[in-house]
Amino acid sequence: MKGLRKIVDNVKPTFTEGGKLGFLASFFDAIETFLFVPNTTTQKGAHVRDAIDMKRTMFFVVLALIPAFLFGCFNTGSQVGLEGFAALWYGLVRVLPMLAVSYVVGLGIEIVYAQIRKEEVAEGYFVTGFLIPMIMPVSTPLWMVALGVAFAVIFGKEVFGGTGMNIFNPALVARAFVFFAFTPQMSGEKVWYSDWTMMGAQVDGVSGATALEQLATTGQMQWSAMDAFLGFIPGSFGETSTLCILLGGALLLFTGIASWRTMLSVFAGGLAFGYLFQAVGLTEFPAYYHLLVGGFAFGAVFMATDPVTSAQTNLGKYIVGFMTGALAVLVRVVNPAYPEGMMLAILFMNALAPTVDYFVVEANIKRRKNRVKLAK
Amino acid sequence: MSKIIKLRKGLDINLQGKAAESLVEVPMAAEYAVSPLDYEGVTPKLLVKVGDKVKAGTPLFFDKNNTRVLYTSPVSGTVSAVNRGEKRKVLNVTVAADKEQVSEEFTALDLKKATRDEVIEMLLKSGLWTMIIQRPYGIVANPADMPKAVFVSAFDSAPLAPDFNFALKGEKANLQKGFEVLAKLAGNAPHLSLRAKSEGEMASLNGVELHTFAGKHPVGNVGVQIHHIDPINKGDIVWTVAIQDVAAIGRLFLTGKVDLHKVVALTGSEVEKPQYYRIISGAPVASIVKGNIKAQKEGDKVRIISGNVLTGKKVAEDGFISAAASQITVIPEGDKYEMLGWIAPRFGKFSTSRSYFSWLCPKKQYKLDTNLNGGPRAFVVTGLFEQYLPMDIYPMYLFKAIIANDIDKMENLGIYEIVEEDVALCEFVDPSKTEIQTLVRNGINLMIKEC
Repeated sequence: MKGLRKIVDNVKPTFTEGGKLGFLASFFDAIETFLFVPNTTTQKGAHVRDAIDMKRTMFFVVLALIPAFLFGCFNTGSQVGLEGFAALWYGLVRVLPMLAVSYVVGLGIEIVYAQIRKEEVAEGYFVTGFLIPMIMPVSTPLWMVALGVAFAVIFGKEVFGGTGMNIFNPALVARAFVFFAFTPQMSGEKVWYSDWTMMGAQVDGVSGATALEQLATTGQMQWSAMDAFLGFIPGSFGETSTLCILLGGALLLFTGIASWRTMLSVFAGGLAFGYLFQAVGLTEFPAYYHLLVGGFAFGAVFMATDPVTSAQTNLGKYIVGFMTGALAVLVRVVNPAYPEGMMLAILFMNALAPTVDYFVVEANIKRRKNRVKLAK
Repeated sequence: MSKIIKLRKGLDINLQGKAAESLVEVPMAAEYAVSPLDYEGVTPKLLVKVGDKVKAGTPLFFDKNNTRVLYTSPVSGTVSAVNRGEKRKVLNVTVAADKEQVSEEFTALDLKKATRDEVIEMLLKSGLWTMIIQRPYGIVANPADMPKAVFVSAFDSAPLAPDFNFALKGEKANLQKGFEVLAKLAGNAPHLSLRAKSEGEMASLNGVELHTFAGKHPVGNVGVQIHHIDPINKGDIVWTVAIQDVAAIGRLFLTGKVDLHKVVALTGSEVEKPQYYRIISGAPVASIVKGNIKAQKEGDKVRIISGNVLTGKKVAEDGFISAAASQITVIPEGDKYEMLGWIAPRFGKFSTSRSYFSWLCPKKQYKLDTNLNGGPRAFVVTGLFEQYLPMDIYPMYLFKAIIANDIDKMENLGIYEIVEEDVALCEFVDPSKTEIQTLVRNGINLMIKEC
């Protein structure tokens, strides 16, 4: 550790402002703080601080994504006829380029912006970059991923001022961009399956509608509810296994990083509207199917709970969460053009969340003003 | 007795180095200091020069913004220095203490007959008026105001805070007198808040309105208590006094002399023998700390804090104990790098987040250093501050209103009800490492300037 510290200390002057490579200061700082928790001490205010910081917070979100990620690898392989470890390995190799593109493009842009603003590189993209490959169909071309990432980071985040200032969940902005810009390539029956022939994968002629599409058109799906819960269905890379997503969700709730209020109310909203549509006869399958297929669970656990773009007040979290779940099911059932409603529901509620919060806060202001009247 | 007010929100940070219940009488120190920086927004105008003879209670300076308020010497002796910082700002005035202590004489008032103005005049002249703090804003009260009520907290819930039941043993008569004086100021019985299950003998004081609180820190903060007893609305003024200062005020009115004895607890993981010390206000830090700090490894430093770890001020070993402090805390400096610390399990670290393991042993006492544990970021996490501010306030929205200098919003969102100490826990838990106490003080100063 001491040796590494010495090396870092030696090259530090080159990378600080005024040094030869001063224009890389933010990049250097990102690497240095990755390797070492800095030696900064408290100067004003509280002399001791909680050990948690943004890096650890974001790291735990990534940790929570790992089960769904690994299952995604496995499922990618198993959808093209592979089994066991080979399936996992196939999927891992298949998705790594996408992950690499996501991080290189995204972090590259983040570092440039941090340098322009002379700030430290924020950790938000650590999570976003991991999320993006997980919500894309596995055979999305890499250049599309790169374009989506660039659009999301620049127009979804940096134009608002960077991590913490954005209105829309950046990962979903990337997904929406790719979906709407390249609709023909991003829908249909082939995109959900890997097209790489390595390792003896049976890719020829593998196609088929997703569970969601089948439900939307016929009211039935070819898989059992258990298969859908475990995740052995086609879909975006990381979204299929509700079980693995819930495992990650449990970690997020246990560490208190994601809000249980949001998560719970998204599921409640989806279920409530699912039952409603079942009751009025618009759908024939059981309401809980909505929570098992498509991106519902993934969105509820990892996207709707994004603290920056979701509601910020506790009451607001209940309201926004419920409406997100309800809206997702509404789009799925009522709109024939979009079998999946989760992405749009979350993005729409991202836009609405500040308004919900506004009314919650206004109520607090009103209480305070009423107090004056009561006192008199 | 009224019912117990229970607060669910808050956090007790368990630290090493709690003061043992033994009291050391500290002998007279060579020098004592009075600093205008111990009070918010004071612009001092000096009334003495170096070499002047003063008694305990002789004015050293007054505040240009609040001209009737005098700041007096705690001891008798000779003015030894006026220390100045940048732009000749007065840092403190030091007085070399005489061996024989004499005080200015004030005629003891019969509180039954004395008018409110006479009481105020005596407090102003003796310098003890500076112990009366106004809410909103947390500044020294303006004697021209008429407060709605006076609030006193009988306990401190901050980390390693002194137990006032112990510190104020034998002071009951002074406390009783002090509360009679406070009753005169507001024209009604002062509010006194006790901690449930450790009410002590203060529960038997007369002429006060007793309240009992239970819960975690910041339950001992007078601002939090006010919020639950009778919240401050726009236009309201209330006054607060620290419990040890009530005893000092009582002493003045009983004896007619300025006697600023008080008890401070020396605490913290780096203190050899944490215990209580009886000093005179303004005493040098060294008078209780010297020879009592654990030997440090080479290259390791300690931080001495006048006050508690959340709200205290950093002082040098040759500095002075600040006027409001009833505690000195010594903790290790955290100016060290830690390899991959953000990802490591870090068993010795304390966190409210369960991404660490400190939730497994809630009783463990921690040795925390001054490392910031991260770098400053924009606000990301939500719903966290609310858990550590037991008031009907949306802290995140209030902080954002302060950042935006939005006076209307600040007022609407409750800036009148808080001072720095009330948000200290928010600052402690914030993963974005925002300087929230400084932020709140800036907001308050803007309110003072604009309203």
